[in-house]
Amino acid sequence: MSPQLIFWPVLFQLLLAVALLFLWRKVQVQRAVSIAGSTVAVVLSAALFTLTLRDGIGTVQAGNWPAPFGIALVSDTLSSLLVLLTSLAGLAVSVFSSASVTGARLKFGYFPVFHILLMGLNGAFLTGDLFNLYVWFEVIIICSFVLITLGTERKQLEGAVKYFTLNMLASIIFLTAIAVIYGLTGSLNLADISIQIAAIENRFLVEIAAVLFFVGFGIKSAVFPLYFWLPASYHTPPDAVSAIFGGLLTKVGVYAYLRIFTLIFAGDAFIRELLVTAAILTIVSGALGALIQNNLRKVFSYLIVCHIGFMIVGIGLGTETAYAGTVSYLIHDIVVKTNLFLVAGLIFRVKGSVSLRDIGGLYKRYPWLSLLIAVPLFSLVGIPPLSGFWPKISLFGAATETRSFWVLGALIFGSVLTLIIVAKVWAAAVWKEPSGKNPPVKMVLFDQISKERRILYVLPIVLLSLVSLYIGFGAEHIQEIAGRVAADLINPDAYIEAVLYPAGKSSP
Amino acid sequence: MLTAVLSGFVAALVLPRVMHVLPRLQNLLWIAVPLGLCAWFATKIPAVARGEVLRESVAWVPSLGVNLDFVIDGLSLLFALMITGIGSLVFIYTSAYMKGHRELDKFYAYLSMFMASMLGLVLADGLMLMFVFWELTSISSFFLIGFKNSEEASRKSALTALAVTGVGGMGLLAAAVIAKSAMGTDSLEALSASGEILREGPLSGLLIALVFLAAFTKSAQFPFHFWLPGAMKAPTPVSTYLHSATMVKAGIFLLLRFSPGLNGAPLWNDALMIVGGFTMAYAAVTALFKTDMKSILAYTTISALGVLTFLIGIGTSAALTAALVFILVHATYKATLFLVTGIVDHETGTRDVTALRGLRKVMMPVAAAAVIAALSSAGLPLSFGFIGKDLIYESTLEFWGNGALNLGLVLTAVALITNVFLLHAGFVVGIRPFSGKMPDRFSDLHLPSPLMWVPPLILAVLCLLFGLVPALLESGIVHPSLAALGFEAEPALKLWHGFNTVLLLSGVTLALGTAVYFAVRPSEKLEAALDRWAHISPETVFRKGSHLFRLFSRKWTLFFQNGYLRYYVLMILIVLTGLIGSRMSGAIDLNVNILTLLNLSAYEIAIAILLIIGITVTVFTGSRLTAVLGMGVVGYSICLFFVFYSAPDLAMTQFTIDTLTVILFVLVLYRLPRYLKLSDMRSRARDWVIASVFGFMLTLIALAAVEEGTNRETSEYYADNAYLLAKGKNIVNVILVDFRGTDTMVEIVVLGVAAVGVFSLLKLRLKKPDVK
Repeated sequence: MSPQLIFWPVLFQLLLAVALLFLWRKVQVQRAVSIAGSTVAVVLSAALFTLTLRDGIGTVQAGNWPAPFGIALVSDTLSSLLVLLTSLAGLAVSVFSSASVTGARLKFGYFPVFHILLMGLNGAFLTGDLFNLYVWFEVIIICSFVLITLGTERKQLEGAVKYFTLNMLASIIFLTAIAVIYGLTGSLNLADISIQIAAIENRFLVEIAAVLFFVGFGIKSAVFPLYFWLPASYHTPPDAVSAIFGGLLTKVGVYAYLRIFTLIFAGDAFIRELLVTAAILTIVSGALGALIQNNLRKVFSYLIVCHIGFMIVGIGLGTETAYAGTVSYLIHDIVVKTNLFLVAGLIFRVKGSVSLRDIGGLYKRYPWLSLLIAVPLFSLVGIPPLSGFWPKISLFGAATETRSFWVLGALIFGSVLTLIIVAKVWAAAVWKEPSGKNPPVKMVLFDQISKERRILYVLPIVLLSLVSLYIGFGAEHIQEIAGRVAADLINPDAYIEAVLYPAGKSSP
Repeated sequence: MLTAVLSGFVAALVLPRVMHVLPRLQNLLWIAVPLGLCAWFATKIPAVARGEVLRESVAWVPSLGVNLDFVIDGLSLLFALMITGIGSLVFIYTSAYMKGHRELDKFYAYLSMFMASMLGLVLADGLMLMFVFWELTSISSFFLIGFKNSEEASRKSALTALAVTGVGGMGLLAAAVIAKSAMGTDSLEALSASGEILREGPLSGLLIALVFLAAFTKSAQFPFHFWLPGAMKAPTPVSTYLHSATMVKAGIFLLLRFSPGLNGAPLWNDALMIVGGFTMAYAAVTALFKTDMKSILAYTTISALGVLTFLIGIGTSAALTAALVFILVHATYKATLFLVTGIVDHETGTRDVTALRGLRKVMMPVAAAAVIAALSSAGLPLSFGFIGKDLIYESTLEFWGNGALNLGLVLTAVALITNVFLLHAGFVVGIRPFSGKMPDRFSDLHLPSPLMWVPPLILAVLCLLFGLVPALLESGIVHPSLAALGFEAEPALKLWHGFNTVLLLSGVTLALGTAVYFAVRPSEKLEAALDRWAHISPETVFRKGSHLFRLFSRKWTLFFQNGYLRYYVLMILIVLTGLIGSRMSGAIDLNVNILTLLNLSAYEIAIAILLIIGITVTVFTGSRLTAVLGMGVVGYSICLFFVFYSAPDLAMTQFTIDTLTVILFVLVLYRLPRYLKLSDMRSRARDWVIASVFGFMLTLIALAAVEEGTNRETSEYYADNAYLLAKGKNIVNVILVDFRGTDTMVEIVVLGVAAVGVFSLLKLRLKKPDVK
């Protein structure tokens, strides 16, 4: 694999964004360019992923400064996989945005900022440098802030203020952690830190750094009791934005957990227990929160929290089975959560509301659409053999292996409540007769928009549903990948070797 | 076998799509599916009767150990024949019952999906694979119960059923995982072959408990039974097929599969006898008070499931023979009664047994089927039910023979009570609506299409046939099933055992039951009497419990997510402080040399004082402008430290940034009003304490970090190479634009995005209808 390919998923999104900036007011062209560009991005990331699978870990040094002195970008199975999923979700949301986001928003830089957000996500997944990771987080935060506020509705601003404040707090804590680590090791390169940290005598500071990372990333990945920003903000922006948020933002936090706590703090028992405890409470809180909501978007927001717990619990248990569970859940969850918010957007366009009380009768009016939204909904529940089922085997297995019965209980609790909540949503949206309440005046409903636009609404949901179905029915393939990632995480030597001693530079 | 299982799913997917091409063949095509499968399974009878076990295995997800391993032995064949046989009759019946329904295809598709899942469930060898199909039966049941989806009651019942069986399903998954990871295999064959692992292996207690949870929820055992009467909201073919004949027996099937391995473990037998025994008596007595035909049948179904659990709990060869036979007995007569109820409902529009009389005059064949089924349910000699009942009494009486007199007495008494009330219920549904004088309003009724009354009649004939010639089932079905449960074939099933205690008990049952039938007329009064106890019924407990649970959820959620940003920040800081504190208390090893720290020069002290003043002003001032200036002072003080500690490059950069920041802030904040004071003294004091503790801890960490010698490899590399390789004299600049140029580039992007954001915040106003 040519190492330069690793830059491209990042760089291409930037170029795309710049091109879109030059098309500032030409909304129609922006739509076309964004969709075409997102398709190219999928091809690029697919190439990166397949080549990484084939040739092993690839690295590239920015400016050709040798590691650990410069900034390394690393494409291992986990990173390239997440980049691929980001691009897929990005494509779906780009198509959905072209139909659903209003022209006014598009004239104020929606698409450029959206693509820079994707760049930030890809950068965060690919970087092998701790401070660079912080910088990508900055990109993600500022882009999400702009996307949340774009439109300047009152509730958008309220959500944005909470989102921004808490995420900045997370960044500051993260930065403090970086400072401590840099003070101890004099290095920012993850692989280098991984080697050096073992030799540090002052374990106290190492442990403190671990706690700082736990809280900093915990806020980002919406772990109990640090998740406040998520339910406060996710329901406020346009659904296309919520979709990319719901699918990917919290997952960056999960990814950071996976990297940091396997590469740097692998042996820290306190952190493991902390992760497990937090994860159990996250599952419970998310499920309880979702149960009482009436706004579809809020239901989905709390379900994000709940299922973040599923992934964190795997990191906490820390066995190979557990990592495999976390990774396969991650794959499933990115696709399905993105899709769910798109579904919420579609339902809003059809019924003019996302309140479970007012929507209904979807089946009578649109039987095919009902069948379509059944895919993400029941994949989320994990009705076998749909995608949400398979990771549970690994997670349940890891809980049994380690005799963590609280974890087993929490997983069961979360699964059952998810089932009940989804069934409730189904009964309310698809079965129930529509309420007599009229949609807001002047809102253009689904059956009044042009056929082309309707297709753009449905197509991304079809795309992501197909991916979900593949994750479910092609489970063997997904499990192989997840197993490979888990093995890499348990034994990060290959990662370290690839970064510090790339071909040509012999290892000591 | 895989093809057999998949054909139902394929039919469910494909047939609705091709229907408009062949509208006339619609029903035929659907009916062909179960009929064909039934025939296919019937061809396996001879092989299985010879004692063969047929296997098929296809890899699916080997990484997780989930493969399509299917097994046909006696037990799975018995269930498979029941599923496809009754399925065929139900499919035929449906074609007339749901005639003209605009969603007939969807209905058939769900039924077909259910049938396929149920087949998969009974043929699966691995517990994990069984779980896959188990969940699919639950979800098909959800869709079928909620089929009349415009009715709120239907939707509620569907949800309740799904919730209860969903809990059990997760229990089964956990059991499968435990079997796999703690005991090394989830193959039912392997597990039951070595009962020792199951009985004494790691986590076996938990495994058994989870199996119970799964079986009791699915097979509606007390106290989880209440979803089943609710499930009767589904159209009658569904009630017949899923909620009486097949799906609810999945739990029984699971217990039967585990019985060879666990039989004899005390927890196993006692728990099953107690739960089954209580359920069967409780449900049979409850049925006495009901007036809706479907309700009565629902409770008698629960009771029958209790009988089966009870028999598996007894666990002797006789008891398991009884269980196997009773599964068939129940399936035949109960399905008949359900189908009959459907006809009555369909024709008269009511299922109220207090109103229905004399229907034999207008629907004789239906009445015949009903009466035969009722007699079989009563266990009258010559009916299939008689054999079933005999075997049940035989197995309870065995204890008597074995010296456990008291236990035998209790068990026999419970069985007797259950049978008496089951007989009563059977008569009320099967005989009462057809006997007596017909009210005039029913006189223009007529017999429905034969497609509706032939299926129950076929089943009724089977009730008689198997009763008269039990040998029909013996070698082909019952004995191989018994072999699958680990028992040698018992003496032949007999119609006549001679005069013995069992016969006496049968006689007593008949006499008592008939007496109750004539003494107690179903009436609304009776039903009202039962309702007086409704407040302690498990259903009420469940409803109240779920209500309380929702209240708790609300409290919990709103406690953490109360809407105030300041509270969120507070919470995060408390968590962080607490975590750092708990780690500090563990091993406080702060190697801080106070003396070297106190060795300060005058200008250091001066700057520190300046810094503290700056912070204090920022925190306590009421004016935003002053606060910004205070922050500026803090920034400058830090820059001065950089100057003194030989980092002039850094200081220059930092001075510029601080100056810019202050100017920008002043521009932006100039027009904003003064701060409002919203918090009271107490919350301020609290915040003050938390802030101080947090600050103190961070200071300690900083001190500890300073004391720790730093690895300077990276900074030395930068210093050495800034000029040589990067051709720059200012190291900070070289770091910013070359060594770590990527960071800088990305930060520039951040600024650009921020500019876009500011622009849209200032300029973009959505017109109201344009929102979203």
